[in-house]
Amino acid sequence: MADSTTGVAEGPGAAEGPGGRAADRSGVVFAERPGLVEGVRAYGLIVMMWLRSTMAYRASFVMTAFGNFAATAFDFVAILLMFSHVDELGGYTLPEVALLYGVSGTAFGLADLVLGSMDRLGQRVRDGTLDTLLVRPVPVLAQVAADRFALRRLGRVLQGVLVLGYALVTLDIAWTPLKVAMVPMMLLSGAAIFGALFVAGGAFQFVAQDAAQVQNSFTYGGNTLLQYPPSVFAKDLVRGVTFVVPLAFANWLPALYVLGREYPLGLPDWVAFLPPVVAALCWLLAGLAWRSGLRAYRSTGS
Amino acid sequence: MDLDSDVRTDVETTTGFIELDNVEKVFDVRRRTGFMRGERRRVRAVDSISFRVARGEMVGYIGPNGAGKSTTIKMLTGILTPSGGRLRVAGIDPSRERTRLAHRIGVVFGQRTTLWWDLPLRDSYRLMHRMYRIPDARYRENLDRCVELLDLGELLDVPVRQLSLGQRMRGDIAAALLHDPEVLYLDEPTIGLDVVSKSRVRGFLRDLNAERGTTVLLTTHDLTDIEQLCKRVMVIDHGRLMYDGALAGLHEVGESERMLVVDLERQLPPIRLESEPSVRTVKVEGPRQWLAFPASESAAPLVARIAAEYPLVDLSVREPDIEAVIAKMYESAGGM
Amino acid sequence: MGVRTVRLYAVVAAGGFRRHATYRTATAAGVFTNTVFGFILAYTYVALWDERPQLGGYDMSQALSYVWLGQALLMTCSMMGGGFEDELIERIRTGDIAVDLYRPADLQLWWLAGDLGRAAFHLLGRGIVPMLVGSLAFDLALPSSPGVWLAFLVSVALGVVVSFAIRYLVALSAFWLLDGAGTAQMAWLAAMFFSGMLLPLTLFPGVLGDVARALPWSSLLQVPADVFLGKYPGWELGKAYAFQAGWALALLLVGRMVQSVATRRVVVQGG
Repeated sequence: MADSTTGVAEGPGAAEGPGGRAADRSGVVFAERPGLVEGVRAYGLIVMMWLRSTMAYRASFVMTAFGNFAATAFDFVAILLMFSHVDELGGYTLPEVALLYGVSGTAFGLADLVLGSMDRLGQRVRDGTLDTLLVRPVPVLAQVAADRFALRRLGRVLQGVLVLGYALVTLDIAWTPLKVAMVPMMLLSGAAIFGALFVAGGAFQFVAQDAAQVQNSFTYGGNTLLQYPPSVFAKDLVRGVTFVVPLAFANWLPALYVLGREYPLGLPDWVAFLPPVVAALCWLLAGLAWRSGLRAYRSTGS
Repeated sequence: MDLDSDVRTDVETTTGFIELDNVEKVFDVRRRTGFMRGERRRVRAVDSISFRVARGEMVGYIGPNGAGKSTTIKMLTGILTPSGGRLRVAGIDPSRERTRLAHRIGVVFGQRTTLWWDLPLRDSYRLMHRMYRIPDARYRENLDRCVELLDLGELLDVPVRQLSLGQRMRGDIAAALLHDPEVLYLDEPTIGLDVVSKSRVRGFLRDLNAERGTTVLLTTHDLTDIEQLCKRVMVIDHGRLMYDGALAGLHEVGESERMLVVDLERQLPPIRLESEPSVRTVKVEGPRQWLAFPASESAAPLVARIAAEYPLVDLSVREPDIEAVIAKMYESAGGM
Repeated sequence: MGVRTVRLYAVVAAGGFRRHATYRTATAAGVFTNTVFGFILAYTYVALWDERPQLGGYDMSQALSYVWLGQALLMTCSMMGGGFEDELIERIRTGDIAVDLYRPADLQLWWLAGDLGRAAFHLLGRGIVPMLVGSLAFDLALPSSPGVWLAFLVSVALGVVVSFAIRYLVALSAFWLLDGAGTAQMAWLAAMFFSGMLLPLTLFPGVLGDVARALPWSSLLQVPADVFLGKYPGWELGKAYAFQAGWALALLLVGRMVQSVATRRVVVQGG
């Protein structure tokens, strides 16, 4: 690892002999850096450490990555089994469902890869190891997010991408430049929306340390929900994931625009272009939740 | 309270490098009293504590479990926000500027390693290097120094999981010092270590303090840590500062005693030794008896006498622990 | 087996129950998750059975009952792991297992008792509420006769034993592989797929369906669910039980054999 790329510029006098005076050493000024940049950098540093740790157990990594792939693939196998008995599910064909599945699976997979460790926060609060992160000069969120970074989660992303590829190949769509641009937009916004959910779920664990499972119902559960067409679900449930927990913006609304389908709630067409806005809003709220969660922890301890 | 320190190197020390004025920490504790019921209680974990620590001081911070030690350390490191009072470390308000303070302090949590379990020790240090943005030359210099003084040379390329507890503690201490902190907080740095490791850790801390002028604040259950390292000791109990002064004074106040535990062949009346008036038999349980004697005296003549006069089977000497000292402190001061 | 032995294992089982009962928030959170997934799956089943009524031999309300039974039994039969096996693997890995071998109790029965206690807690703590919610929100085919409920409970108990026997074998693999995580994962993948958790096994096509229904994992959900739905009337019930008990016995016996080979290794190597 090259080690001269970062760090405070080394001027004359920065280095000193043994027994240098305390006053000199405290004189180094650390420029205030924007939290986001610092956070991403720290995240990268910690992720690198976990990657190297993973390589200590190579065989395990290969097995668990495969398991991750297989476990998520089962969801799609279930859908294939369903379509072996029917031609349409909720009025949607297999390629159409595959598009929904592929977008949701890939977006969720990306969020899970980057932020999937947020559900370990409660554990860290319980055993007191969160404190060791709070004495470091980098944002706690970055440290928690990078904790136990698991590359095996790429298995999930890969599975989502494969199904998405299958959908794009088999779907009969009159592609316009706009519709083409919608695909990466959905994936990124969707990943961001799921990511915000992971962060908000982490914030909730400051309050309820054993409640990691609740977060899973929104993240994993949300992913499962989005893999099926909205016409399958009760209107109230669709309203809930559109207006309350805006998961519908991760794939349903933009994907139905690409497919040229009506959204069950009769929303105007332009909502299909809202995902980036919704994602930004979600992150704003998640950030606020995280801040207040951390503040609560720091005023109450564990 | 005036703690006359002769090292006054800059402006900060005239007012104290670490300053606490009436610092409080109140927790709302919820206790389960029934299946779904619970009651809320306010607990003052730290109750109006004030003290000053000058730059370069080495201070022991002791007290029974749950006395408020860790809560204080957590406030000093910025982990916890105080409920009241004023707190400054190196002129910084820890809870407001936690990350800025982090560059200037080092923290070692005795029972929680921050090293990377599956990676060689060296890798953990590299992370510190980059996370704290330590200039390369200084990093190398500090690492070399720690490696030499803590005898880590052969351990650098060993995965942390293969290190013994003592080796890991040395590794952790080095990790906390690579960024040249001005203050080092140690939470039970010798807990669970063998005698050799303990003395090596103590020796290192002594040198660190003497040579680099690093301010050290340590919590411990082992009075020997304090005896060998700290001129000054603070005792906290029930969230209040009970004592702040020299260790000798604490012994006076607490009349520190060691305990000799002897197993006799059979149950006998409490041991009485004419020649050793300062020894008291404090407890008898079957053939086992507990004898308290002043911590300053040697156990050897006492053991010899008992062996001569009583059917001795086995014995052990217990060092005075914090709890005993504090209990004695209450007794002699009549509640303070 | 004497009275004292029985009492010993009863105590171990009670310990397994209590140990899981202490995590109240976690249990509540788990119930919430099971309920959320129950709703999502239930709607997909409605869509499926709308298209094909009587698919797989179930009518709509039976299919919906199947969904909620799956959520109720997911933890009870440890279809996604999460039982004792991680702990046992860890004990084998660290060598603590040597201590267990000196206990005046049979290793396999000891862990079985603990796992039964755990399963009992999960059935009560995580099974009842999702089932209730499901029956309020959807029209489920609940058995009217107490006899069927009882028969169902027996089938669940047998399913737990089969599940235990499989996971015990998985854990023992750690004697040879040192890192049991891989085997554990393969095992839960198989359990997810072949228990009927994904979809009822009666919907699996052709040979795949036949094989899936004959494998031990069908004892975890498919068989108890069919007992619940009255698919085994009269003496047919005996066939279902025999299937489950047969797998349970066979797998427990294999576990026993593997265990004796493994412990001989421990004794020879001195841990």
